[in-house]
Amino acid sequence: MDGLDDIVEEFLVESHENLDQLDTDLVALEQEPGSRERLSSIFRTIHTIKGTSGFLAFNRLEEVTHVGENMLSRLRDGELDLTPARTSVLLQMVDTVRALLASIEAGGGEGSVEVTGVVAAITAAMDDTTAAPAPVVPAPRAATPAEKAPAKAATAKAPTAKAPAKAPTAKAPAKAAATKKTTARKAPASRATTTPVAPAARSVEETPVAVRTDELREGAHAVMPERTVEEPAAPAPAAEQADTEAASAGGDGQARRGVADSTIRVDVDLLDELMLLVGELVLTRNQIVQNVARQTDTDLIRASQRLNLIASELQEGVMKTRMQPIDHIWSKLPRVVRDLGLQLEKSIRLEMEGRETELDKTLLEAVKDPLTHLVRNSVDHGIEAPEDRKKAGKPAEGVLTLRARHESGQVVVEVADDGAGIDPAKLGAKAVQRGLLTADALSRMSPADILQLIFLPGFSTASAVTNVSGRGVGMDVVKTNIESIGGTIEVESETGRGTVCRLRIPLTLAIVPALTVECAGDRYAIPQISLQELVSLDAEKAANAVEEVGGAQVYRLRGELLPLVRLTDVLGLTSERHDGHVVIAVLRSEGRRFGLVVDRVINTEEIVVKAVGGQMKAIGLYSGATVLGDGTVALILDVQALARRALRTETTERQDSQKAALKAAAASETERQRMLLAAIGGGRRVAIPLDTVTRLEQVRADAVEKVGNREVVQYRGAILPIVRLDRHLGAYGETDREVLEVIVYADHGRSVAIVVEEILDIVDGEAAVRSDIDDLGLLGSAVLGDKVTELLDVRAAILAADPAFYSASPATTPAGVPASLLEV
Amino acid sequence: MTAPIRTTAPATSGQLATFWLDGDLYGIEVEHVQEVLRSQQLTRVPLAPTAVAGLINLRGQVVTAIELRERLGRPPRPEGTDAVIIVVRLHGEAVSLLVDSIADVVDVDAADFEAPPDTLEGQARDLIRGAYKLHGQLLLALDVQRAVSA
Repeated sequence: MDGLDDIVEEFLVESHENLDQLDTDLVALEQEPGSRERLSSIFRTIHTIKGTSGFLAFNRLEEVTHVGENMLSRLRDGELDLTPARTSVLLQMVDTVRALLASIEAGGGEGSVEVTGVVAAITAAMDDTTAAPAPVVPAPRAATPAEKAPAKAATAKAPTAKAPAKAPTAKAPAKAAATKKTTARKAPASRATTTPVAPAARSVEETPVAVRTDELREGAHAVMPERTVEEPAAPAPAAEQADTEAASAGGDGQARRGVADSTIRVDVDLLDELMLLVGELVLTRNQIVQNVARQTDTDLIRASQRLNLIASELQEGVMKTRMQPIDHIWSKLPRVVRDLGLQLEKSIRLEMEGRETELDKTLLEAVKDPLTHLVRNSVDHGIEAPEDRKKAGKPAEGVLTLRARHESGQVVVEVADDGAGIDPAKLGAKAVQRGLLTADALSRMSPADILQLIFLPGFSTASAVTNVSGRGVGMDVVKTNIESIGGTIEVESETGRGTVCRLRIPLTLAIVPALTVECAGDRYAIPQISLQELVSLDAEKAANAVEEVGGAQVYRLRGELLPLVRLTDVLGLTSERHDGHVVIAVLRSEGRRFGLVVDRVINTEEIVVKAVGGQMKAIGLYSGATVLGDGTVALILDVQALARRALRTETTERQDSQKAALKAAAASETERQRMLLAAIGGGRRVAIPLDTVTRLEQVRADAVEKVGNREVVQYRGAILPIVRLDRHLGAYGETDREVLEVIVYADHGRSVAIVVEEILDIVDGEAAVRSDIDDLGLLGSAVLGDKVTELLDVRAAILAADPAFYSASPATTPAGVPASLLEV
Repeated sequence: MTAPIRTTAPATSGQLATFWLDGDLYGIEVEHVQEVLRSQQLTRVPLAPTAVAGLINLRGQVVTAIELRERLGRPPRPEGTDAVIIVVRLHGEAVSLLVDSIADVVDVDAADFEAPPDTLEGQARDLIRGAYKLHGQLLLALDVQRAVSA
């Protein structure tokens, strides 16, 4: 089939599937001739084939389907009654179509398959309401038991006898013989005339294409010269199902033989069982390898190494048997997008990248619905109407891109659109309006965090409920489904530019790579799908690097504040690590990162996930258990649940402690205050209260744009006003830096960026000696870390960047920066 | 709790596998018992109900272990004594019970059965179906179904 054009190939595959359905439909139709539904379905199938064949210039195919369609439409409209005779000619038509398709598949052309007989039979069956069935029915029936009634058969063959004369191509006889082979296979060997055909047909299978046509022609001629002219439809149309099936098997067999010979069908249950056994084997292997590592016997060590290797390969092999390309589920999506697009009057182009990416069949099934939902969502809400797109300066045609790829033992599937994106402000407002969170909580969230709100149950941002989506069920269900198979979902969006939904799915469910860690003397497994990196800090470094933001511990990971969660705290245990070392597993959950502090990291190993009893599940922290290499049981941490539990309480605690801090600060001016030290150029140092720091970022200098005479950068889908602290405070820093160090401060959904030259340190503001040297934009100065440091008037700095910053929420003084707090 | 509903305690004849726990003899239907194990390494489960002693590795299968002393409201097992693990299979799922020591399989007669005395109280009342009056010893029939639903 190499030479076949993609369109033709697709047409063939689709048609074969449709024809199988057609056979069932037609037979069922005989049982209930009145079923309009079935008739319509048959009509549609034939109609589709006719349309495509006309388009692809398969004239004979078009001819036969055309006349069939005529008859079907009259049957459907009730102008004709379905008699057994008419069913027969319809089946005959299906067989002819099949033969034509097989011929196209084999050689790329219609070959010598004759259609005039069928066309005549259908026309006859259509016109003669009562008389016609008589000659038509016996004729095809006679064709099968040809040897018994040669006289009758001859009448059936009569109209087709011209066939070889008409189309004497080399491929033609091959086709005819192949179809006969089908009959021969099914026919009892005792049939004298058909049996000899079988060897000839078999030679088709065994000899290369180039050779077989001639050989066959000879063979076929020699065996039964009068039969070579017989059109393939003739043996099949006998209404008996057996023959129909034989013909269909033949049609398929002919073209798909190459595949059929090299593959076998296996029960999925059997594969599941194999998978389980392999899981056990992997466990045992782990145990043996670990034990042998302590031995000195070289033979044993060698054997264990081989076992290790073989078990791995076996595992891989068994996993492969369950793998299917993601295209299996993607192939339905173009249709979904097209139909939806039409319905919504949007023009959308669907692009697919990585359609050959494979994943486990079970997972594939599980991902199907969520993926379809995401695609529908993108079409409905993501991509704007053509006129809106034009207004926004985008091409009228929207692009929806599906991407799949393997990435460190996971499959990453993305659904990306170039639509309007999700506006965090709108989204946040909606969440507050729905009572899903408080305005105060919202004001503390970064745009990226706000985006994750769409996964909350009962959330839908569609301003209008459409037919397609926007009924308020959706993303939360998608998320639950994805998580139930151990996957994760995250969403990224850039207002005006588009949205990306990213699914991370494990390759397989049963065996997962995991990191084993120790905490309070026990070992726990963390699936690597959630793991980003490991950070190990020695006591000295940990003392400085682990800082507190309003009572919550954070670690500054490459400039970004990483909230820390101590596993011992979550589990209610006491750490056994007393040397001050801190080991952080940086985990990602729902687009957010956090650091899990554990006692120590043991290693990474492939673990086999074992179900745990209901009582364990109810705890909501463990996704299962596993048996480690040394035979001990380890619990598998459910990172999503952990994040939800830990981060939520952390946030509320932090908010509580922030409130407490505010009160305390009001009461006493000697309140300890943590300060961020930054250099602003010219040797000057500025202290900024850490409470007012939301994030530390780096921004490329060339990303800075101008709005009026203000500077802004695009940041996480929003426009972030910039104040350059050196200019604001009249210092002269370097201006030609490529990367700007930026302190982001967010409050009430607005953010500003404060540019400094360098982030220096975080210090305690206590015992600082203050002076009242007052300057524009400063609250004063103090000695911090043995150096005189200016205290920034954060409020003034922010207003310099965004004069409207506080007026957006006039009700409160900004929560993070009460003036009293700044007085160190 | 649903204890009062049990007005007609099922008095059954048959075989009970018996074991000792804090000086008392208990029995569970022998057909529930899958196997008995010497002490095993337990993996504790933080935040689990207190009766869950941990998880054990039963030939590659992870099985929850219930501390029966805790379930019955008895004091903890004295230091230095190892528990014996009885693995029971209920509805196809294996669960294990930690007991003090294992005793014989005993044939019991329904005629010897009596409902738990009214003085029996607390959580133990939910778990004990009644007592078989054996020669010189009471055998307490444990409702294994309830015992494992910690």
